[in-house]
Amino acid sequence: MAQENVEFPITGKITSVNVSQGSKVEEGDILCLLESMKMENPILAPVSGTIAKLELSVGQVVETGDLVAIIEY
Amino acid sequence: MFGLYETAFGSLTWGNILMLLIGGLLIYLGIAKKMEPILLIPIGFGIFAVNLPLGGLMIYTPAGFPAEVPTLGGLIEAIGEGKIGLLNVLYTYGIESEVIPLLIFLGVGAMTDFRPTIARPISFLFGASAQLGVFIVFMIAYLSGMFTVNEAACVGIIGGSDGPPTVYLTAALAPRLLGPITLVAYSYMSLVPILQPPVIKLLTTKKERAIYMKPQLRQVSKLEEIIFPIMIFIVSALLVPKSVPLIGMFMFGNLLRASGVTDRLAQSAGGVFIDVLTFLLGIIVGALMPAEVFLRPQTLAIIGLAIVAFAFGTAGGLWAAKFANLFLKEKINPLIGASGVSAIPMSARVVQKMGQEANPRNFLLMHAMGPNMAGAVATSVVAGIFLGMLM
Repeated sequence: MAQENVEFPITGKITSVNVSQGSKVEEGDILCLLESMKMENPILAPVSGTIAKLELSVGQVVETGDLVAIIEY
Repeated sequence: MFGLYETAFGSLTWGNILMLLIGGLLIYLGIAKKMEPILLIPIGFGIFAVNLPLGGLMIYTPAGFPAEVPTLGGLIEAIGEGKIGLLNVLYTYGIESEVIPLLIFLGVGAMTDFRPTIARPISFLFGASAQLGVFIVFMIAYLSGMFTVNEAACVGIIGGSDGPPTVYLTAALAPRLLGPITLVAYSYMSLVPILQPPVIKLLTTKKERAIYMKPQLRQVSKLEEIIFPIMIFIVSALLVPKSVPLIGMFMFGNLLRASGVTDRLAQSAGGVFIDVLTFLLGIIVGALMPAEVFLRPQTLAIIGLAIVAFAFGTAGGLWAAKFANLFLKEKINPLIGASGVSAIPMSARVVQKMGQEANPRNFLLMHAMGPNMAGAVATSVVAGIFLGMLM
């Protein structure tokens, strides 16, 4: 099984987490919303698969390069 | 002397009633749809102020120009006698004199982060190409015969999608059109998320939109950030002397931000300072739209031409980005060219959304901010070029 690490492309604050560990996602599904540059930016799943790791909470401040999730596919 | 007490009903024309509805619509759109509320709400209220007859906030001459009194002594007397209103005074000393648009630009400079532009200097190519719409509409408007050459330039500059240069140029070249042009410019800026996507879809393939760019930009040093506004100012002052007032204020504001030691000044310039000027601009611009000035065929032409300007601006940026890709080793996503139409940050947001739709790995926001800021600089330079040509 292949794994893909999804990283935050930009610094910001998480406003909602839409999936949890173990969820199945399709390519293009929203993983979480990140408020940055005064706008809400969705972070999308780059591949279809299962979330193997996701440890985020609403309100958390994240930096560019931090881990969003690990997706197994 | 006693006279009959006069209510305003008798003087209300159908045109006034239509304008009151338009003013109400702007306030509604601002509040309910969040369309540029900080401008549309003051503009809508200004329209009320000038279309309720016999009121004294803004007084017009019989020829349809805002009344003016040339001397300060005369002015004080005229205010006392009710021959001139508060908004007339603000118009003369704030807009006609160009004070307000220039100071707003200082505030904008203090709020603008040029690092994405500095990180990728080719952004300037896209910002400049996105001015294509300005020149095309300038030509169309002039050749249509509905506008003088000066007016045509002001209709064209709407396509730069940048407020202060639009107000600045129009106050200088075609003050009579200031109301409709400013209103159309700000309304369309908020409509960028609707105007741009069809043009972008028409001119790019899904494969092009899906081109992946690494989300991080190059780190920009503090020194670069400080030199940038100074250099832009010097270069544009030498190339386009008439752009000095606009670019000068813009870059001065930016230097306050970039210097790192004048945070308090930058915060003031980008805070209450710009807020006060913005609502003054809004209500004055609204008061420049009495029915007899706004309800003319020219206004409809401006509304139509501005769409053409936005479309060609978007196209110009896209074409430039595709052209650059012929030479670049690491391909860029042509979408970022489209954000050369400034409307900060609207068009960057459009690009971000469309890039992500085409490829969920894409995150083009920061890449799009570069051309976005460069577009604002380019529009100011274009305003300077027009002033140099036409004044």
